[in-house]
Amino acid sequence: MTYTLEGNTGIWEIVVGLEVHAQVISQSKLFSGASTLFGGEPNSHVSLIDAGFPGMLPVINQECVRQAVRTGLGLKAHINLESRFDRKNYFYADLPTGYQISQFEHPIIGTGIVLIELSDGSTREIGITRLHLEQDAGKLMHDQDPKRSFVDLNRAGVALMEIVSEPDIRSPEEAGAYLRKLRQILRYLGTCDGNMEEGSMRADVNVSVRKAGEPFRTRCEIKNVNSIRFVMQAIEIEATRQIEIWEAGGEVDQETRLFDPNKGETRSLRSKEDAHDYRYFPDPDLLPLVIEQDWVDQLKQTLPELPDEKRARFQQEYGITAYDAGVLVAEQPTADFYERVAKGRDGKSASAWVTGDFFAALNRTGKSIEESPVSSENLGAMLDLIADGTINGKIAKDVLETMFETGEAPLEIVERKGLRQVTDTGALETAADDIITKHADKVAEYRGGKDKLFGFFVGQMMKATGGKANPAIVNDILRKKLDA
Amino acid sequence: MSLDPATTRRIAKLARIGLDDQEIEAVRTQLGGILGWIEILDEVNVEGVPPMVGTAVNTALAPRVDAVTDGNCQDKVLSNAPDREGPFFTVPKVVE
Amino acid sequence: MLTDLTIAQAADGLRKKDFSAVELTLAHTTAIEALNGRLNAYITPMPDKALDAATKADAALAVGEAPVLTGIPLGVKDLFCTDGVKTTAASKILANFIPPYESTVTAKLLKNGAIFLGKTNLDEFAMGSANLTSAFGEVENPWHRANDPSPLVPGGSSGGSAAAVAAHLAMGATGTDTGGSIRQPAAYCGIVGLKPTYGRCSRWGTIAFASSLDQAGPMTRTVEDAAIMLGAMAGHDPKDSTSANLPVPDYRAACGRSLKGLRVGIPAEYRASGMSEEILAVWQKGIDMLREAGCEIVDVSLPHTKYGLATYYIIAPAECSSNLARYDGVRFGVRAEGATSLDEMYEKTRHDGFGEEVRRRILVGTYVLSAGYYDAYYLKAQKVRTLIRRDFTEAFEKVDVLLTPTAPTAAFRRDEKPVDPVQMYLNDVFTVPASMAGQPGMSLPIGLDSQGLPLGLQLIGRHFDEETLIAVGSGLEKAAGFTARPDLRAGADA
Repeated sequence: MTYTLEGNTGIWEIVVGLEVHAQVISQSKLFSGASTLFGGEPNSHVSLIDAGFPGMLPVINQECVRQAVRTGLGLKAHINLESRFDRKNYFYADLPTGYQISQFEHPIIGTGIVLIELSDGSTREIGITRLHLEQDAGKLMHDQDPKRSFVDLNRAGVALMEIVSEPDIRSPEEAGAYLRKLRQILRYLGTCDGNMEEGSMRADVNVSVRKAGEPFRTRCEIKNVNSIRFVMQAIEIEATRQIEIWEAGGEVDQETRLFDPNKGETRSLRSKEDAHDYRYFPDPDLLPLVIEQDWVDQLKQTLPELPDEKRARFQQEYGITAYDAGVLVAEQPTADFYERVAKGRDGKSASAWVTGDFFAALNRTGKSIEESPVSSENLGAMLDLIADGTINGKIAKDVLETMFETGEAPLEIVERKGLRQVTDTGALETAADDIITKHADKVAEYRGGKDKLFGFFVGQMMKATGGKANPAIVNDILRKKLDA
Repeated sequence: MSLDPATTRRIAKLARIGLDDQEIEAVRTQLGGILGWIEILDEVNVEGVPPMVGTAVNTALAPRVDAVTDGNCQDKVLSNAPDREGPFFTVPKVVE
Repeated sequence: MLTDLTIAQAADGLRKKDFSAVELTLAHTTAIEALNGRLNAYITPMPDKALDAATKADAALAVGEAPVLTGIPLGVKDLFCTDGVKTTAASKILANFIPPYESTVTAKLLKNGAIFLGKTNLDEFAMGSANLTSAFGEVENPWHRANDPSPLVPGGSSGGSAAAVAAHLAMGATGTDTGGSIRQPAAYCGIVGLKPTYGRCSRWGTIAFASSLDQAGPMTRTVEDAAIMLGAMAGHDPKDSTSANLPVPDYRAACGRSLKGLRVGIPAEYRASGMSEEILAVWQKGIDMLREAGCEIVDVSLPHTKYGLATYYIIAPAECSSNLARYDGVRFGVRAEGATSLDEMYEKTRHDGFGEEVRRRILVGTYVLSAGYYDAYYLKAQKVRTLIRRDFTEAFEKVDVLLTPTAPTAAFRRDEKPVDPVQMYLNDVFTVPASMAGQPGMSLPIGLDSQGLPLGLQLIGRHFDEETLIAVGSGLEKAAGFTARPDLRAGADA
């Protein structure tokens, strides 16, 4: 399914590449021992290194390197055993040293791949160009004072991974799918929390348009878009703007733009003429970053199972559909929950219960899976009660309901409420006889060929037993008596 | 080697050093002289020579363990601020 | 006079209770008070702190558990951050800066018992070879030409340290050397200056000029004193990624070591045109003395020597343009008044705060790193740097140490300062190549020229082989018997 935009002169294709800034999960900053915690007192999670005091020097954090390598492995990317740090020079009030330490020429991670799935079920590979480590900047606040902006350096120096995609993305949907998938991988790996609202994941979006078969045209970069929805909107709006320019006989300028979601437009931030000249050069305070292949191999072996692999395994091991498997692996806690329920039980039934009534109840109560009052053990135990005939499926729904309310184990509820399935054939036969006597007219109709009325009798049986009757036995008895 | 005034101005702007026209002219001449003198390096054949990055005899970084060992020193961080408001540094208003 | 003692002699005298640390310190603070007005060697004298420290040193000496430098009064170049003491880098932009931390090198000296007399003057941000660029005034060389009282420059950038040590206003002082800033002023002031191997002393807490070149070292009146001080300053620092993780040898033990069979290289390229007969003569004197001491003199070639300065004047400004970006008037230092926009604030602050030479180097550095010029200048310079280092590596396959002049001239008069910055840069022609390659180097006084000014020779060693420099230096020192002292010095006018 190709996404295109139609202009006055015909069909346009869009070309998108994404640069994602993902905050690395670590205790301390990339080059200093200050805390990375979000939301501290202003300028409290700041060392004199972060504040760029004279004579202060950076020392690399091992954990940030480890997280970058693990992410690289998760992106099936090439790991560069030797990489380097460069200085990117520019002046801004949130950049204390006047340069950002980044990796320009020799990034720690090379080319990799992210597999995305689209709504029509098709899949595409989006290429990763590189991933490198760099420092985050501080924060400016503009609203407190009419003449001054305030500077808080708490985030200055926190490690970021910049993940650059190839210009492989061809639609807003693909951009969304890519970001969701990337976020899912980062979360599985525990290398970034992927929280776009708090800014721990941000995207710069490179957009251009072209006619089919053409080489790339000039692109614009939309900076710092902070939600997946906005990325998708920004792409469409920016592509439309560019098509209008081209079709009016104009030239699209290579420039940096800003997306304004309120006005639904992108606008110029700075043009190429006054573009920064970053004067990159190798940071003389740091040496090459050299890592061992053995260590990379070790990290690879201890990498958690990633969503694609997990999904394939769920399908294979538990016999569930690709769709259900996709739903279950979307978030790692869900996948883990499901797997604890499914282990040693009927995987399909487990999937139906988890994605069905269980999710519905979570939704209704506004709880995350981690907050669920029903543990995976209890949900599993409930499935066992169904499987061994202690309760039937209908009663099970009520039991689950109660489990959500009280957090009790299912058997306790069954015993307390007397919900055990009635399997006593004598009692059920008596009940059947009563019903047949009471509804002689319906019996006549049924026997006259109105087969559909069988359901009516089953319903009457369930009503008579408070829903606890074993449906299989009820069927047997009714058939025997009605068809006799 | 001579620099034109526009380039000199651009360099001064990049370095955020405000120079008036007279200073630009003086700097332009001096920079031109220095850059001309540096051109002696054109004589050197560096084909196949790797750049020397850093001077340290060590060849690789020694990483530190990930632990919070620094920060929580707001007083020190702010102690030399030319202008501040409470726990913040301040700068002339930035329009974004 | 107590101010005439060497560090070794003073350490001995303190332990023998010939005098107290308070007496020794007081002798120096009194001398500073008398002479600093003229010499301007100290930007910030710290007499009260020094005397407090001396009292504590006497207590430690009384207990008998005193480390090597206990009670020894030293000067500290005002480029080393000192906790709670104004640290200016001789720049207006840091005129009010009080670091809340102590540099690793000065912290090590303090731990070894040293007493700090004050912060010594320098070229602004260590950029200069004559100490004419300090925002706090020029330093005067305590030496003067015979029959000419005109002030001479002390060399730079560690000119305040050199002048203080030469004039006996400190027993020793810290310096930093980027392209010759320890060795050249040591030569101009007739003292010993040792630039260790890059990575030997931590750079943490020392205000950076050019990070890939900056190295701290001692400036003293004898080679043995330099060995003592270096032993206290050197060592691995995990806070500086470029600091070498190597044990620190007993440098003092290298003093007086036999020089028999040692191979001394004489690089042909250092016989550059324009070197005075007097410098050539003192070099020959040094060669003869070492031959006498049993060394083998070997002619060597460092073919890329003539490219050293041009390479240096690309690399050092490039790094400085980035290192000095942090002086923006936001978090520390002096901010220019009256700016209404961020960029205007930056531009005014950095225009008013930096002196002309610093601005010039920042601009050169910005230019050589800028788009379109990086490959032609910076990358090219890095490649030439590889060749310069290779020259040294190859030379040190044949010899154990190199002997060269330290500077092409003796100290010159302030008013002889060249107008063309490039001419000024030529002062560093003999010291820059070793800096580019990271080699250790030492300058020591050998004799006087016809005008009565000291002339120094430079020893260059293998990486981390400061011991050979000290061994050869102490041999040369003994043979040269340099005892001349400047006319302006503590007690000389009394």
